Amino acid sequence: MAQPMHTLVRIVSTPRGAVSGAILLIVILCALLASWVAPYSYDIQNLPGANLEPSASHLLGTDEFGRDLLSRIIYGARTSLAVGFTSIGASVLVGLVLGGAAGYFGGAFDRSVTAIVDLTWSFPEILIALILIAIAGPGLHSTAIAISIAYLAQFTRLTRAQIIGLKNETYVEATIGLGASHGHVLFQHLLPNALTPVIVAGMLATGDAIILEATLGFFGLGAQPPTPSWGAMMSSGTAQIFIAPWIIIFPGVAIAGTVIAINLFGDAIIDALDIRGKLRES
Amino acid sequence: MTLLSIRDLSVCIGRLRPLDGISFNLDKGEILGVVGESGSGKSLTATSIMGLLPLIGGKVLKGSMYFDGIDLTTLDEASYRRLRGRRIALISQNPMTSLDPIVRIGAQIDQMASLHLGLSPQKARARSIELMEQMRIPQAATVYGQYPHQLSGGMKQRIVVAMALAADPDLIIADEPTTALDVTIQAQIVQILIDLVRERGLALMLITHDMGVVAQACDRVVVLYAGRVAESNSVEGIFAEPRHPYTRALIRCIPRGGQARGSLVGIPGVVPRVLDYPRGCRFNPRCDLAQPICYTETPPVHADGSAAVACHFSEVRAHV
Amino acid sequence: MLTFILKRMLLLVPVSLAVSIVIFMIVHLVPGDPIDHIVQIGSSPEQRAELIARYGLDKPILVQYVTWLGNVLSGDLGTAIILRQPVSALIVQNMPHSLTLGGLALLFSTVVGISTGALAAVFRDTWIDRGVMTAILFGSTLPSFWLGLLMILLFAVQLEWFPVSGARTWGSLVLPVLTIGIGGTALVGRVTRAAMLDVVRKDFVLMLHAKGLSPWAIQMHHILRHALLPVVTILSLRIGWILGGAVTIEFVFARPGLGSLLINSLSQRDYPVVQGCLLMLAIAVMLGTLLGDVVQAIMDPRVRERIA
Repeated sequence: MAQPMHTLVRIVSTPRGAVSGAILLIVILCALLASWVAPYSYDIQNLPGANLEPSASHLLGTDEFGRDLLSRIIYGARTSLAVGFTSIGASVLVGLVLGGAAGYFGGAFDRSVTAIVDLTWSFPEILIALILIAIAGPGLHSTAIAISIAYLAQFTRLTRAQIIGLKNETYVEATIGLGASHGHVLFQHLLPNALTPVIVAGMLATGDAIILEATLGFFGLGAQPPTPSWGAMMSSGTAQIFIAPWIIIFPGVAIAGTVIAINLFGDAIIDALDIRGKLRES
Repeated sequence: MTLLSIRDLSVCIGRLRPLDGISFNLDKGEILGVVGESGSGKSLTATSIMGLLPLIGGKVLKGSMYFDGIDLTTLDEASYRRLRGRRIALISQNPMTSLDPIVRIGAQIDQMASLHLGLSPQKARARSIELMEQMRIPQAATVYGQYPHQLSGGMKQRIVVAMALAADPDLIIADEPTTALDVTIQAQIVQILIDLVRERGLALMLITHDMGVVAQACDRVVVLYAGRVAESNSVEGIFAEPRHPYTRALIRCIPRGGQARGSLVGIPGVVPRVLDYPRGCRFNPRCDLAQPICYTETPPVHADGSAAVACHFSEVRAHV
Repeated sequence: MLTFILKRMLLLVPVSLAVSIVIFMIVHLVPGDPIDHIVQIGSSPEQRAELIARYGLDKPILVQYVTWLGNVLSGDLGTAIILRQPVSALIVQNMPHSLTLGGLALLFSTVVGISTGALAAVFRDTWIDRGVMTAILFGSTLPSFWLGLLMILLFAVQLEWFPVSGARTWGSLVLPVLTIGIGGTALVGRVTRAAMLDVVRKDFVLMLHAKGLSPWAIQMHHILRHALLPVVTILSLRIGWILGGAVTIEFVFARPGLGSLLINSLSQRDYPVVQGCLLMLAIAVMLGTLLGDVVQAIMDPRVRERIA
């Protein structure tokens, strides 16, 4: 990550990186500029115009309340990305600190962190998220919290593996020998070096988190109406499956496109930085 | 009678040419030592004879290989498969990794007899156990049902030898069969191989980097250096009158009494890598006799009966 | 082998305890008085008092946990608030549906995944390999509930080959099994391919060629057998994911089962049912992992030795 710009140029100069990067850019711009980009508001109902087929005035048709599907998908990008990025961001941060401390200090603290991580490891994220939603109750906030906790084990594990690999390098001993504090060594020297693989893993996990958010939304446990969320839109669309299949098709295309783009872009980063081995270490 | 005859064999892997004009003969009932440091092309010669070059992305560029009158360079894959294991058997470098770790020992030996000789499972089993006993494996019937990780390295190599013998081959290629083993075990395995050749009259191509093993076991020697033959001769001839400076250096490396085998006297310098072979004689960077011609001209092969040497100054007697 | 299984089961004891504590704590961590989450709506004060006494809600939390665990171990998972039935009866009704679905999906993923992965490995760098790898990319990234909906749309609504939902006929299993199976197949296929390409480079494979075996026999009898070891490892780790997939897909296809029961109860905040379902799913995950380890030990003599 010494030359981020240089790396970025290398990534987008491959076909895979360019296409996935462009898709991601469009999705992010839609999320940021939703109120300018979207042709209609996301919550204006128009019951006579319900379940309309895609047409010139409603490019992707309308839903069961006559709301413009394209506009709702554009606003939905905001929900998906916000939940995806904040929950994974929080998870990465906590994982870095937990895994970093466990790997650096070792001992009983490391053993208990590892035990908890191993315990949650064999349970699917969706089950962990459901347990947490059982406690916190349905809603967008509890969804975000549930997702960040569900993925915590992954980042803790990865950071710990990186730190253990770095800990024994000579410059670390030298820094300690010069009288640096543990906190200084961990935060100034070790974590910055462990950062790249963890951030890339976080990026890949964001794709999974978006799917998890959509799944919980589909169950009716995530975003509550009228907040537009891709998963929740499809959930209400299931009742219209015989008459307005586009309500479940297009939000799904949005999710699939975003997630595949994230995965391909993440893959391109991994290849550009040549860190596939590091990601596998954990 | 000549069993294996290799003439001017060159092998390429991609644009590299790691074997460059190798020639030698091997007779029935004979032990031929193929000697050289690692990187000289010994194992690649074995791979070529086994017809397994495609597996490592290589192919024969020119030259010929005749085995019992069969032209190996033009042999189709199906016929080759009936030679491999059946008439030419391989004993590979590392017994630790040359057995399938999740298949029982017995089944791995049985496979040879049932595949090549069409024996029934009962007969194959009886044959395998008999072979294991001949290899002086204690409690052969028990070992038959065990897995490779339950055996020591020496035992595993005996199993590999038994496996090589299972289909009654005419030629055994042993690629550094003892490098991965303890010193005492090394001598045992070499002795087993010598006895096999003497008792069964088969031919053995013994690849090694150890001139001591050559002196103990071989009838004839081929010395390879950087993908070319440096010298070949009978074992008596080569020790009595080594004509290539590299051969002399190898002989100097044999540990004498009192010296542990591990503490080898090395030859100064390293074998050049196939990417940057020097011009002229490839041994020139390490040769104390090198003259200007050695840096420009590839030395011609001076053949004299069954002996051959490739050195511009092969007639010059060294002051050993 | 028996000692291996017993030892492996002993390892599950602390894990089960930890899981049971987490699930027990759900009711106590939810804001509000736990009794309100357990008691049925419209219960009389007497019933309320009886429940408080039964669960010992006036006692220290450790005592409550032990009491709860005792009840759970004797098969008493409490009473559903909305459905007004014993939770254990609800689970007994729903469990077979989930087991059938999860089991068939696992079978499908394993068989199809190993075959496609092996195909891609044997024909690596050809159009077959590239086709399989592209399918794997899509199979592993598409959200399973959307795939399920698309299946319904195509095969049930448009073509009318299978029922849209429910679990009355065997035909109703086809689409749900396929939906979960696609994700599982992608996972198994990718691991099989990678593992086979890894094994091909091992020394003993060169030796097998030298023995005169045909490439086909080497691929099928030796390389694939080795490649199955990591596949089993991944499957045993990911049995939970396939069960998790079953939870989602039951809901999509409106099939009865633990997943549907769990999600509906979550929306209705029917905590005794939520706890019961989560407990069963957790047990299923742990037993699945155990099963995977046992299969692995059967296949690899080295694993057997290491643990026994």
